[in-house]
Amino acid sequence: MPFIPHTEAEQTAMLEVIGVPTIEALFDEIPPALRAGALTELPEGISEMALMQLMSKRARQDEVELCFLGAGAYEHHIPAAVWDLANRGEFLTAYTPYQAEASQGTLQLIYEFQTMIARLTGMEVANASVYDGATALAEAMLMAVRANKSNKSKKIVVAGNLNPRYLAVCRSIVTNQGLELESLPIDSSSGTVSTDDLSALTDAAALVISYPNFFGGLDPVDGLTDAAAAAGALVIGVVNPTAMALLRPPGCWGERGADIVVGEGQPLGIPLASGGPYLGFMCCRKAYVRQMPGRIIGRTLDQTGQPGYALTLQAREQHIRRGKATSNICTNQGLLVTAATIYLSLLGDEGLKRVALQSHTGMKELTTKASSIEGVKPRFTGPVFHEQVLSLPVSAAAVVAVMARQGVLPGLPLDEMGLSMPDCLLVNVTETKTSEDIARFTRGLAAAIEEVASAC
Amino acid sequence: MLIFERSREGRSAGAQQVETRSAIEALAPEMEAFLRAEPAKLPEVSELEVVRHYTNLSAKNFAIDRQFYPLGSCTMKYNPRGAAAAANLAGFSNRHPLAPEAQSQGYLACLYELQGYLRDLTGMKAVSLTPMAGAQGEFAGVAMIRAYHQKRGDHERVEILVPEAAHGTNPATAVMCGFVVREIPVTEDGDVDLAALKAVVGPRTAGLMMTNPSTCGVFERQIAEIAETVHEAGGLLYYDGANLNAILGKVRPGDMGFDVLHMNLHKTFATPHGGGGPGSGPVGVSERLLPFLPTPTVGKSSTGEYRWLTEKDLPDTIGRLSGFMGNAAILLRAYAYARLLGGAGMERVGAFATLNANYLAKRLTEVGFDLAFPNRRATHEFIVTLAKQAKHHQVTAMDVAKRLLDYGVHAPTTYFPLLIPECLLIEPTETESKAEIDGFVEAMARIAEEIGAEPDRVRSAPHTLPVTRLDDVKAARDLDLAWTDEVVSA
Repeated sequence: MPFIPHTEAEQTAMLEVIGVPTIEALFDEIPPALRAGALTELPEGISEMALMQLMSKRARQDEVELCFLGAGAYEHHIPAAVWDLANRGEFLTAYTPYQAEASQGTLQLIYEFQTMIARLTGMEVANASVYDGATALAEAMLMAVRANKSNKSKKIVVAGNLNPRYLAVCRSIVTNQGLELESLPIDSSSGTVSTDDLSALTDAAALVISYPNFFGGLDPVDGLTDAAAAAGALVIGVVNPTAMALLRPPGCWGERGADIVVGEGQPLGIPLASGGPYLGFMCCRKAYVRQMPGRIIGRTLDQTGQPGYALTLQAREQHIRRGKATSNICTNQGLLVTAATIYLSLLGDEGLKRVALQSHTGMKELTTKASSIEGVKPRFTGPVFHEQVLSLPVSAAAVVAVMARQGVLPGLPLDEMGLSMPDCLLVNVTETKTSEDIARFTRGLAAAIEEVASAC
Repeated sequence: MLIFERSREGRSAGAQQVETRSAIEALAPEMEAFLRAEPAKLPEVSELEVVRHYTNLSAKNFAIDRQFYPLGSCTMKYNPRGAAAAANLAGFSNRHPLAPEAQSQGYLACLYELQGYLRDLTGMKAVSLTPMAGAQGEFAGVAMIRAYHQKRGDHERVEILVPEAAHGTNPATAVMCGFVVREIPVTEDGDVDLAALKAVVGPRTAGLMMTNPSTCGVFERQIAEIAETVHEAGGLLYYDGANLNAILGKVRPGDMGFDVLHMNLHKTFATPHGGGGPGSGPVGVSERLLPFLPTPTVGKSSTGEYRWLTEKDLPDTIGRLSGFMGNAAILLRAYAYARLLGGAGMERVGAFATLNANYLAKRLTEVGFDLAFPNRRATHEFIVTLAKQAKHHQVTAMDVAKRLLDYGVHAPTTYFPLLIPECLLIEPTETESKAEIDGFVEAMARIAEEIGAEPDRVRSAPHTLPVTRLDDVKAARDLDLAWTDEVVSA
C-alpha cells in the first residue's frame, strides 16, 4: 500500500482498541444513500519507476532548445545551491509557522526576505508574499482603496501598458467589491503613458504604473508619481525585481516615492515551470502596513531576552478577523520565498546588477541584429530593460509556428494577449542567452519570415 | 545571526557573478536618467556562508520529514519524493507558461487527466485547476455563485450563510466577493443547527458554505436535509474541501448535493506545504455552474490534441485568477500522486486516515483526556478539550501544545474551532504508523502527569527549542519588520 505503513496485525490491534470489527464500520455515520460507488476515471496505481518512465516521456515532449519568451516569466540562471537548500525537508515539509518556537528557521528566513525586498524596491516594509505578481496587484488595489484617506474613491487608474493578464486577473478579483478600473492611454510611438492628459487621476484612489511596462519600455515614473500625488491618488508600482538592481526603485520615484509596490518574484531563482508556483511580493510605506494583506513577520524577544521571530499584526488576517480581514489569503508562497531569499543572498547587489546588465545589453544586441532583416524593426521608440516589441513584415504567430518546429520559441505574438497587433512579437533576452544564441535567433527569424512570406 | 550580519563589504559568491558584455558606464546615454543611484544593500557573502547559514536555519524548523505533525485541518501527511521528482523533470521545469500548445502536449495531457480524476473523486461535473490555494479556490467558488445569480437577474441574493465553526477564510471570502455573512450556530453534537438554518434561509440567501466532515471533526449527518433546505430557498451549496482526506472514496460532495467545491491539493494530494505555501485549490462544479468556471481549463480536440479553453470557449467565466496557470508544478505533483495511488489507493487514504484518528482518540481517552464530541465517530481528525485541566490546574491548551514540542512532536491545531474551550484539533493522517501514534499518546500521558505534579514546567514550555516563548505583544507594538543595521565594513 503506497505510503500507508500499517501491517495486518496492527490494523487488527487498532480496531480492537476502538471496538469495531472493520475499518468500514467507522463510516457508519454517513447516510447509506450517499455512499460513493467505485471510482471510474482513476487508473490502477503504478510504481515510482513506471511513473518516472511515463512522466519522462511527457516532459521530453515539451522540451525546446532556445526560449525567448518573457511577458511576465523569465528564464534566468538558478544557482545550484538555491534548490539544493530550498528542497531540504526541513523547509519543504514544514507548515505555516504558527508555532513560532518550532519554526524559527522559516520565520527568520522570511524576515530576511522582507528586508531584501524592501531594500530592492526602496520601500520601508514588505510582507511575506502572496500568490503571484498578478494577484499581488489585485490585493494592492484593494489595499489602496482602504489606505487612501484623502478620498473615498473606488476608481483605480491603470497605465495602458500594463501586462494584459494582470489587468484580467485584477478585474476578476476586485470588481466583486465595486472597484472600477480605468485605463490611461499610451502614446502610439513610444508605448509609454502619455502625460498630456492626466485628468483621469482626479478622484482616483490610486494609479498603477508598470516598470518596465509590458512592452519592455520605461515610463516617465517621476512625472506620473508627482501628478498622482498632487491629485490625491496613491501610486502602486508593479516592478520587475531583476530590473531593480539597475533601475531607480519606486521608493525613489518623484518627490515622495511610490506608496505600494508589488511584483512577480519568479525571476529570483524560481523555475519557469509552466507558470507556477511563483511568488508575488508586496511592499508599502510603514504608515500603511496595517492595511497590507498577507503574513508579516516581526522580530521580537523571547522570555530570556533573546531575539526571535514571529507572525505579527495577525489582527489583519482571516483566522482572527474572519469577515473583517484585509483579505481571505491564508498562505504565503513560503517555499518560493525560501528560494528567492537564497538567490538574492548568493547574487548580492553586484551579481544581480550583472544579471540585469547582461540581460539589457543582450536585448540591445538582439534588436540591432534583428533590425538588419528587411521589414523587422522595434515597434516602439525609447529605451527598454530586457524586452522589446519587434514588428515583423508577416504574421508573428506564423513565424512562431515555423521557428518552434526548429526548437526555438522566438517570443510572444501580441495578438495572443488580445492586443490587435498581429505583426508584433514580444521578445525577451536574459543573461542566459549567448551571442551565438542571438545569432541563431536572427538566422531563424530571417528564414521563417521568408518561409511565411513565400507561402502567402 | 542574520545573513546581513555575516555580510562583509567586497565579499561575494564569485561563481554567481555572470560575465557581462560591457560595463555599466558603456550604457546608452538615454538610460542614464533611469539608473539606480545607491545599491540595495543585499548581503555580501560567500557561497559557503550562504549554504551554511540556510542549512543551519532549516535545522530550527519542525517538519513532516523530522517529526510527527498532527496539525488538525492541515493534513500533514508524507510528501512522496517520487511525485516531486516527476514534476521537476527538465521538460516540465523549463517549460515557459506561454509556450505554444504544440510544444506543451506532455504537460497538457497531465492536466487534462488530473481534471478527470478530480471530477471522479468529488462527483462534480467539471473542474478548473487554476486557483492557487484553498482560499483562492473559495474565492472562485463564491464568485461563481455570485455570477450564477446575476446571470439569472436574481439581484436580491446578498447573503452567504456560514456555520459558526467554519474556517476564517469562509467569511473572509464571502466579503471579498461582495456578500454579507450570516453565521449559523452549531449544536452540542457538532452538527449544524437545522432549525436556526431554516429560520434565516430565504430569498436573500445566495448560498451556504460548509465543510463536511465539519471543522468539529465529525460528519454532518443532516447534509441531505441541509442541501434540500438551501436549494429550496434558491441558494447554492459550497463545499470547503479542507477535510476531503477523510472521505476519499467513501462519499462524494457531488452526491451530497454540493454545487461547487474547492480541494486543497497540498492536503489531500500530499503536495508539500513548503513552510506556508504554495498550495493549490482546484474547483469543481455541478452542471449549472459550469459556464462560470475560472479560465484556463484544458480540453481535448476530436483529433486527440490537448488545448487551452479560454474566455473564447467560456464567455461567462468569472475570469482569470493568476498570471498564467495557477501553481502548475504543484498540479503535476498531484497528478503523479494520483497515478502512484490509483483508485484503490485513493480509497485507502480515507480509510486509514479515519482508522488512525479513531484509534488515537480512543487511546487519549484511556489516558485521561476528554473528547469534545465523545458520542461521535472521529473522522480523519477529532477535538480534545482541556477545559478540565484549565479549570483545575490553570494549564491551557497552548501550554500543552508548547510542551509537546519538547517531546519532539509538532503541536496540534490550538483554539480552533473557536467555540470549543481550550481545544486541540488533532489529525494524525494515514501515513503515520501505529508506533508513531503510540509515541504521541505516551507524550500526552506524561504531560498529563506533569500537569498534576509540576504544572509550571508545562506553563513555561518549551524548554528545549532554539527560543522560549516569544513576546507577541512587543512584536506588534514595536514593529521591526526589516533589518536596518549598516553593512559591516571590512
